[in-house]
Amino acid sequence: MTAPLDPVAPPITLPPSLRDVEPVQRVRTPFRLDYEVSAGRSMAAYLRAMKEKRILGERCPVTGQVFVPPRGVTPTSGLVTTELVELPDRGYVESFCVTRVPIPGRDDLQLPYVSAWIVLDGASVGFLGLVADIPPEEVRLGLRVQAVWRPDDELGETADNIKYWAPTGEPDVEITSYEYVGQPGEAP
Amino acid sequence: MADDTVLRGHVTLEYPFTRSTGPVVGAFLTGLREGVIVGIRRADGSVLVPPCEYDPETAEPLTEIVEVADTGVVTSWCWNGAPRERQPFTSPYAWALITLDGAATPMLHAVRVDSPAAMQTGMRVRAKWRAEREGHISDIECFVPEDAS
Repeated sequence: MTAPLDPVAPPITLPPSLRDVEPVQRVRTPFRLDYEVSAGRSMAAYLRAMKEKRILGERCPVTGQVFVPPRGVTPTSGLVTTELVELPDRGYVESFCVTRVPIPGRDDLQLPYVSAWIVLDGASVGFLGLVADIPPEEVRLGLRVQAVWRPDDELGETADNIKYWAPTGEPDVEITSYEYVGQPGEAP
Repeated sequence: MADDTVLRGHVTLEYPFTRSTGPVVGAFLTGLREGVIVGIRRADGSVLVPPCEYDPETAEPLTEIVEVADTGVVTSWCWNGAPRERQPFTSPYAWALITLDGAATPMLHAVRVDSPAAMQTGMRVRAKWRAEREGHISDIECFVPEDAS
């Protein structure tokens, strides 16, 4: 019974009161949640180590993969993790994105900025950071980077302690597999 | 070395979106800015408020925007005795479904009365408009009993 849907909606008609006024075309629809979080065993250890400029991951008891930040469970095996692994604050860019559009409320991010997945040496997955001290157009996959930490008196139990990641000048890492980063030779 | 105290923190997750409205929702918001409430007419002549782009039963595109009154009847309500941040008021008020005169469907808004004893299904209310309006649902500050001063 229903007529086929026309992909282009027909024009609407307006009552006299709205015919000669500027139409509203945009509406603000802010979304905000405020809540208290308990970090839990793994994340608490990670954040407390961050305060000492150390980065902790967790090793999967089955595959040996190292996940950072630690979540208390391995995503591949679903098992509770027990072994914390200290990782160096060096690694390489696995993927990245150059952002040229401002985010309201984040005036601390000067445009353009580069966010990236950084694979730390010894880690099996990347984790998120900013890449700076290099023009955005020179950022590339495999770029070796090192953490730039906040001054000691500004350190807290937060991942914000790493201001950004800066190039080390080492030769680029050749990325051979997206599935088994950090474990060269194990790609299927 | 292990610190067994629970590590807690405050987290704010915020998306300060602005979205485009399309012509139908845009007409509703334009109406609010102009101090009138509009709905959209279905094939059977009944009017949906707020207007939607497609008929909820037949999925036909709807096109005829029409004005309804800013007075109507409370068809359902609940008392918000403990308002939270960013709700319309800091002191208790009612959430109500209000079927405006000329509309076939109710719309949600706040009704401002002193206590739940002043609320009743079937009571008549009218919109209290803000003096400065921008094209937003909060251009109606609230609804109040129709005979309130």
